[in-house]
Amino acid sequence: MQRSLVDRIYSTVVGAITGFGMLLLLAPTLVVLVISFTGGITLKFPPPNWSLRWYVELLQSQEIIEPALTSLKVAAAATILSAVLGGAAALGLARSRLKIARVLDALFMSPMVLPAMAFGLSLLLVFNLLGIRLSAATLVLGHTIICVPFVIRMVGASVQQLNPVLITCSLSLGASRWYTFRRVTLPLIRRGIVASCFVAFLTSFDNVPVSLFLADARTEVLPIKLWAILEGSLDVRVAAVSGVIVLLTLAGLVCAEIFGGVSRQIGSR
Amino acid sequence: MTPASTSASRQLLPVVPLAALFFAAFVLPLVALVAISLFRTPQFAELSLAQYLRFLSDPFSIKVLTDTLWLGAEVALATLILAYPLALVYVASGPFMRTLITFLIMLPLLTSTVVRTFAWIVILGRDGIVNSAMLSLGLWQAPARLLYTWEGMVLALTQIQLPLMALPVINSLLRLDGNLTRAAEGLGASRARIFITVILPLTLPGAIAGWLLVFAAAATAFITQTLVGGGRIILMPSYIYQQAVGVQDWPFSAALSLIFTLAVTGIVFAIGALSRRYVRGVDAA
Repeated sequence: MQRSLVDRIYSTVVGAITGFGMLLLLAPTLVVLVISFTGGITLKFPPPNWSLRWYVELLQSQEIIEPALTSLKVAAAATILSAVLGGAAALGLARSRLKIARVLDALFMSPMVLPAMAFGLSLLLVFNLLGIRLSAATLVLGHTIICVPFVIRMVGASVQQLNPVLITCSLSLGASRWYTFRRVTLPLIRRGIVASCFVAFLTSFDNVPVSLFLADARTEVLPIKLWAILEGSLDVRVAAVSGVIVLLTLAGLVCAEIFGGVSRQIGSR
Repeated sequence: MTPASTSASRQLLPVVPLAALFFAAFVLPLVALVAISLFRTPQFAELSLAQYLRFLSDPFSIKVLTDTLWLGAEVALATLILAYPLALVYVASGPFMRTLITFLIMLPLLTSTVVRTFAWIVILGRDGIVNSAMLSLGLWQAPARLLYTWEGMVLALTQIQLPLMALPVINSLLRLDGNLTRAAEGLGASRARIFITVILPLTLPGAIAGWLLVFAAAATAFITQTLVGGGRIILMPSYIYQQAVGVQDWPFSAALSLIFTLAVTGIVFAIGALSRRYVRGVDAA
């Protein structure tokens, strides 16, 4: 009798915390979507009435659209660079048993461990000392370094699962190295590449610690711009931007899921 | 060179471009950061440890560092308390509930940091959800100040970092041998007792892994710290930013960022090593 009472209290506590936890995970995203359709001029919740006015206002806000486009371009460039350089490196490292390969692997993973602000600041100082002006190119360089660890891990995992016999077969049947790479290796590691591109793009698009130091007035990026807006005032246009970002991310996730089974890749990290 | 070692090094050929990039844009800048932190003045005169002594002898700077580390510890503990029940329910549920929980955990991971932080401004603000609810229920007489407080910042960071804790804890619960809990149950232990004496000790490696991830993420969360914590709470990330971009004192900001990096990674490595040495349980990987 006493045991079942203890069990019941335990189950209630576990259930209650779980319910609270699930609500906590979901609420902020919902809140952002709901508030973006407010007709009011403050962040009053629940909204007094509904409208699309902040989305309309957003379309006319050049000072937000510009940074958003810059962010998209920088993220695209950083994704391509990190996927090509990181993918090639992951292929080379996975097959090598040399000691230097382990050292390089640790080096390529270290941006994930190091607080990114130190890295962002160090890049700023070096560019300043060398007299290199900050531009979109310097920003892409910094973002690429931050994105590489994801590519190394995810593509590396795909390469590990690749059966080397398939490549030997292709080569011994007379296919060239390039043909084998295009028709055998690449299709088999496609999932890892797609997943890492997806994560790399989001990482760059969302990056703050590096952009904070490397983005100047001419290369303003979206997260920094939104941060600056919110530091000054609680602008409802940010809700509309947030709504757009949430919907685009979900759409991107669906696409990546179709082409590469991203959730499995991220879940198994 | 023997033919075998030639082909072994030729396999590393595709690694060369990335290695070159990392040397130029990662290793070199970090070496420069260390070098710059060793100058006594912003004009780069005289090599010395002056910047580090300045930090150690300044109670304000020390307090900023300890506050930041404490914030990380507090947020990590709060996520741990939320993550265990969530993981217990996940492991005990069917496919639908598992998919739902996975989706809920992935959702914040995929939403931009600024968006998540903005949501908390809406929730905690003067006209926000908490205040509206409490006022309309008649529980509070006047709107409370929730935004720009330490507690508000801890709450927001707890939600934002919860996925980093939930994933490793769920993983180690999934690897736990179900026979152990069934045996304890058969021997008459209550479910609370099973949790404390069987589940918790055996899944501790996963909990520690999550704790370290959240600790490091919360301590370095510049956006959430500045927007939800507000300008009056100064923590290491905003301190470094202010010294570097505002004051343009490069040697001091370089020293600050190195001290902060060493403190965070030092704690992560120390606790990680201790737990590998002394904590036994299912693998957390």
